[in-house]
Amino acid sequence: MTADSQWPLWEVFTQGSKGLPFAHAGSVHAVDAENALLNARDVYARRGEAVNLWVVPSSAIVASAPSDAGPFFDPGNDKAYRHPQFYKVPRGVVVF
Amino acid sequence: MPERYRRQLTRMMSQHAHSEIVGMLPEGNWITRAPSLRRKLSLIAKVQDEAGHGLYIYCGTETLGVDRHELVNQLLDGKAKYSSIFNYPTLSFSDVGVIGWLVDGAAIVNQTILAKTSYGPYARAMIRICKEENFHKRQGFELCAHLAKGTPAQQAMVQESLNRFWWPSLMMFGPSDTDSPNSGELLRWKVKRKTNDELRQRFVNLTVPQVQALGLTLPDPDLTFDEATGNWTFGAIDWDEFQQVISGNGPCNHERLAARRKAHNDGEWVRAAATAYAAKRTSASTEAA
Repeated sequence: MTADSQWPLWEVFTQGSKGLPFAHAGSVHAVDAENALLNARDVYARRGEAVNLWVVPSSAIVASAPSDAGPFFDPGNDKAYRHPQFYKVPRGVVVF
Repeated sequence: MPERYRRQLTRMMSQHAHSEIVGMLPEGNWITRAPSLRRKLSLIAKVQDEAGHGLYIYCGTETLGVDRHELVNQLLDGKAKYSSIFNYPTLSFSDVGVIGWLVDGAAIVNQTILAKTSYGPYARAMIRICKEENFHKRQGFELCAHLAKGTPAQQAMVQESLNRFWWPSLMMFGPSDTDSPNSGELLRWKVKRKTNDELRQRFVNLTVPQVQALGLTLPDPDLTFDEATGNWTFGAIDWDEFQQVISGNGPCNHERLAARRKAHNDGEWVRAAATAYAAKRTSASTEAA
């Protein structure tokens, strides 16, 4: 690895305030986890955008393939009976 | 993703990222000579933001399967384009004000529309950038307003800056629609949502009243308000000058690239040290285990 190397890529997740889910903000290059956190802070949280940060090696993320989205998510898409609209309610009755 | 869409986006986004990085240089020149601590703090924060903007967009290009490293090398080798505006010199501190006001102002007009571009990672970077550019524009306008209300020498200084930056700012929107090689395709794919000339007109319409409010003038004898369209019509842009600047013959092209290369080379020891430190820690933790 030469000094010109861009270093490993880390994905950055920010939590906007306590209790909110972490959301993907972008990525940074850094030589190790500690530097990835510092870079992520300087790039993605210069104006109080986060109260917590996660950095994850990009290579550690396992993703579904957009081209297979149809068949991959099919088990969840073909089950209308999982939605409340599937069930009939007598007219005039309010069901929560 | 269609290959041509990917290539066009890579071209457009990398030029944009390079512009943010080179854009640090004209104003960075003035950090050590800022007239007050307040102006110095603003300028340092603005220049740091530009570095961040470059990183957001390089990060976006990496989602297209391009190495940032490769793009940075293209810039350093002089093979990449970046916004023509950054090849003009900053001759006085009032240029810092005019750049914030006009150059960041033009960038906001352009990027507000790009925030709705069809490619998600680019659009999300634009949303973040637009928020930050608003600070850039405001601090620039405040600086200009301060000078415009100042001594005759200060008024003359800000007017002179405005005169120099007005036409190059209009050129930032790129070639006229009749002469823009990539616009048709990019509009069709909804990468661009408005044409170069539409955005330029919007910028002129927004800026003329701001100039009037400061009691300054624009260096365009043909500037007139068209009652029928509600637009400010402006004189002819010197497209020869634009072509000269984007093809490498602007006033500061060589200086800008030389400064980038020097910064990159001077930073080599930092990269080497970080790499060595990480390697040492990895081997220490391996031995401990």
